[in-house]
Amino acid sequence: MEYKDYYEIMGVKRDATQDEIKRAYRKLARKYHPDVSKESDAEARFKEVGEAYEVLKDPEKRAAYEQLGAQWQAGQDFRPPPDWDTGFEFSGGGYTGGNADHSAFFEELFGRGFAQQGATGGRRSFHMHGEDHHARVLIDLEDSFSGATRSISLRVPEVTEDGHVTTRDRTLNVSIPKGIRPGQQIRLAGQGAPGLGGAESGDLFLEVEFRDHSLYRVDGADIYLDLPVAPWEAALGASIKVPTPSGPVDLKIPADSNQGRKLRLSGRGLSGKTPGDMYVVLQVSLPPADSDVARQLYEQMQDQLGFNPRAAMEVA
Amino acid sequence: MSQKDQSISTVELIDEQTTFTLVELCRSCSVEAEIIEAMVEQGILEPSGRHGRHWCFPSSSLRRTRVTLHLQRDLGVNLAGAALALDLLERIEDLNARVRAMGGKR
Repeated sequence: MEYKDYYEIMGVKRDATQDEIKRAYRKLARKYHPDVSKESDAEARFKEVGEAYEVLKDPEKRAAYEQLGAQWQAGQDFRPPPDWDTGFEFSGGGYTGGNADHSAFFEELFGRGFAQQGATGGRRSFHMHGEDHHARVLIDLEDSFSGATRSISLRVPEVTEDGHVTTRDRTLNVSIPKGIRPGQQIRLAGQGAPGLGGAESGDLFLEVEFRDHSLYRVDGADIYLDLPVAPWEAALGASIKVPTPSGPVDLKIPADSNQGRKLRLSGRGLSGKTPGDMYVVLQVSLPPADSDVARQLYEQMQDQLGFNPRAAMEVA
Repeated sequence: MSQKDQSISTVELIDEQTTFTLVELCRSCSVEAEIIEAMVEQGILEPSGRHGRHWCFPSSSLRRTRVTLHLQRDLGVNLAGAALALDLLERIEDLNARVRAMGGKR
């Protein structure tokens, strides 16, 4: 079991006042709240901060934690000394009910009273119908395009018969509906928490997010692709082979196109009831003037075209 | 403790056409109807149809309700604050989508 330095996690000194700890917690909670933060490890950080605060905000728990001594380093292998908590009287809620989100370190120190107290999960109101569960799942653009079966691992907290809370790993094979868009949810009927007294199980809701793609960007049902083109392809027009998620297509670039021009491939976005479109955005790429021939051609253009890209700026 | 089970689940896509009744929304988010009513009052949720049983919630309500509950529970935000946060989060998402469409990195 790894020792956790709760002070380090909260970014406060060991002699911080309760007020300082509270302020530090509020700031970090806002920063790492999984519904607000876009940082990839937000959820883990949020839980870690919550656990640290649970210990440090409670003078009894904080004193007991303090008792372990300051010689420990975060991540160090840790066993609590025998009777480490003698001399501490935990009033009522001193020990904390099992929570699947707490680290093993926390459970070892503060989680032991749970079995004797029995299940304390009384915060939620009693429902006969099993609770619905919610989770997020990352898929690839291609999964939405062709439909796919993805195996999804979930950690599910469960209350065992003797009142302990454990987590169970569950793997589900889920077929991703064709045309699903980022932010949409899918419902898996009956895959939530089991119902009580023979009632129906709850549902499992999965919110779908897309992994970043090396070529395409997704906006709603539309797909965007940046397409590099040579200046003469943009100027004179061309027929170019362009990748799309459903296979390459021949795209006609109209003559006199310019940098940033958007060409629409109707209906080639994400499928679904109302299929999206695909937009090819032209990125004019200049050949380097690194040879005599190239320099000559550029000089020729300079001399003969009389082109002023800043004509609108009215600075002669 | 770890245990594996494999099953192909029948899935239902929740898209813009999907709606929820008050009962479904309460069940999905494990809350009482009064809490949903308070969110409607605050403009966090905008159901169509007549009050109560006839309310028809758009699919986005599921996420909005859950985020509101999380913000209340975790950050001590009140309903008005949650409403503001939701609006701002939505604007950030729109802007991020636009930045992405233009090819920038978030």
